[in-house]
Amino acid sequence: MKIPWALLTLFIVINYGLLMTALVQKIGARVGRRHGIPIWQNYIDLLKNYGLRTSITHGVMFYLGPVFRLSGGVGLLLFVPSIYGSEMFSNFSFAGDLILALYFVFFGTLGMALGAAESGHPYAAIGITRGLSQMTAAELPFALAVFAVALQYQTLSVTDIVAAQQGSILNWTLFTNPFAVAAAMLSFLGSMMRPPFDVVLAPQEVPIGPPTEYHSSFLALMQTNRVLFPVAKIVIYMNLFFGGAANWPVFFLKVFLIYMVSAFVGVVFPRFRVEQSIRWFLIWAVPLGIIAVVRV
Amino acid sequence: MKEELLKRMVKGPDGVEFEVEPLRDYYCEAGPTVQTPAYTAIIEKLFNWARSESIWILGFGTGCGAIEMRPLMTPRFDAYRYGIQWRPTPRQANLFVISGYLSTKTLKRVIRSYEQMQSPKYVVGLGSCTINGGMYWDSYNTIKRLDDYLPVDLYIAGCMPRPEALLAGFEDLKKLIRAGKAEGANQYAENFEWYKANQKSVIHDWDMPDYNW
Repeated sequence: MKIPWALLTLFIVINYGLLMTALVQKIGARVGRRHGIPIWQNYIDLLKNYGLRTSITHGVMFYLGPVFRLSGGVGLLLFVPSIYGSEMFSNFSFAGDLILALYFVFFGTLGMALGAAESGHPYAAIGITRGLSQMTAAELPFALAVFAVALQYQTLSVTDIVAAQQGSILNWTLFTNPFAVAAAMLSFLGSMMRPPFDVVLAPQEVPIGPPTEYHSSFLALMQTNRVLFPVAKIVIYMNLFFGGAANWPVFFLKVFLIYMVSAFVGVVFPRFRVEQSIRWFLIWAVPLGIIAVVRV
Repeated sequence: MKEELLKRMVKGPDGVEFEVEPLRDYYCEAGPTVQTPAYTAIIEKLFNWARSESIWILGFGTGCGAIEMRPLMTPRFDAYRYGIQWRPTPRQANLFVISGYLSTKTLKRVIRSYEQMQSPKYVVGLGSCTINGGMYWDSYNTIKRLDDYLPVDLYIAGCMPRPEALLAGFEDLKKLIRAGKAEGANQYAENFEWYKANQKSVIHDWDMPDYNW
């Protein structure tokens, strides 16, 4: 009986992601005094890309790249509880799901690296090199923060960690272990593909990064993941650091607010080069993570 | 033919010698085919509507008209609100705006980029130069009628047309797409020989395969 409910979670989250990312893009456009895309634009782009008449392939891994990417997002979402205390929306969470979630965060990028490498385009290789270097540096403080949280609550189950934060807003990890949350939020900026850490995709420039050769349905799969993965990742953050969500409205609100952190930073700061962002993570975020682990 | 495109023997890092034939190894030999609408009429209509509301322009400026595209991304004209976006790679683009005069040297790159775009794809000629050569009517190195070399769906006349004219042109293109009349990719496939003959008559250093998908 878990599978239909998990599919329902997926359906809700994808639709929410499609609308919310468009909304955030609109907010970003308003900062630049533009109107921005219509709120339903993501749906039309998806439909258009699935509806293209031709597509070409560069080999088996080229096919599998977007599939791995999407399964990274879906896996991340389905193995952690979306709604705390709900039998229907606890998905496939189990005692050690925190470890699996950490793995899924990185899984899509690795799959993408294989697929983009097979496309043979030099810009894809540049994008992948940039992406993996930056992701590795950004994952480090996040991993430290997760260790700190796991040590603090003496468990590797996301459900138990959420349970420990219930009762009062002051029980959130945000207040009980602020260093871990600070390290994780700095890492969060690095994985959201927004400025100042979006040199991987470098949108609107000559190299678009890993997806240079991807088009039609391949690109549509990746676009689906582009709206799903940030929400899935934010669900982890929400569960670990911000007390989880007990119902869908709270879920929508918290995910939106956490997403807006990266949007706020993104519209204010210009883009880092890769070596600058790696240095930034190592100097500012990693020490916070180490302090968090040491203090627990 | 350039030397690097000739058939040759290459010695790999592990000492094994193998033959490389760039035109066959690096490109696909299959030509374009006519792509019929594969679905029932109502689904094709839905797709045409989606195609018209999500136009991705290839970020490739060929002439002085490219400068008129930039204001469309800025707050003053903001084409994004009409579902128009720019993509840096031909694979993801649907619309090729030939922005002004087109030298034969650029035409070669334009053909390669156009053939890499996925069907259905559209071409818009911007400015008088794409219609009859405009002020370059007697130039030795620009093409005069774009329609001889690529299937053009729509012209936006003027020298130069203002960004408002472009927006109006895009709205007209949307009407064509919704009506199912923007079938330039199929037209290109049907009259492939004719287009190739025209292209080769102006591009003298033709050093690529006939179709670059």
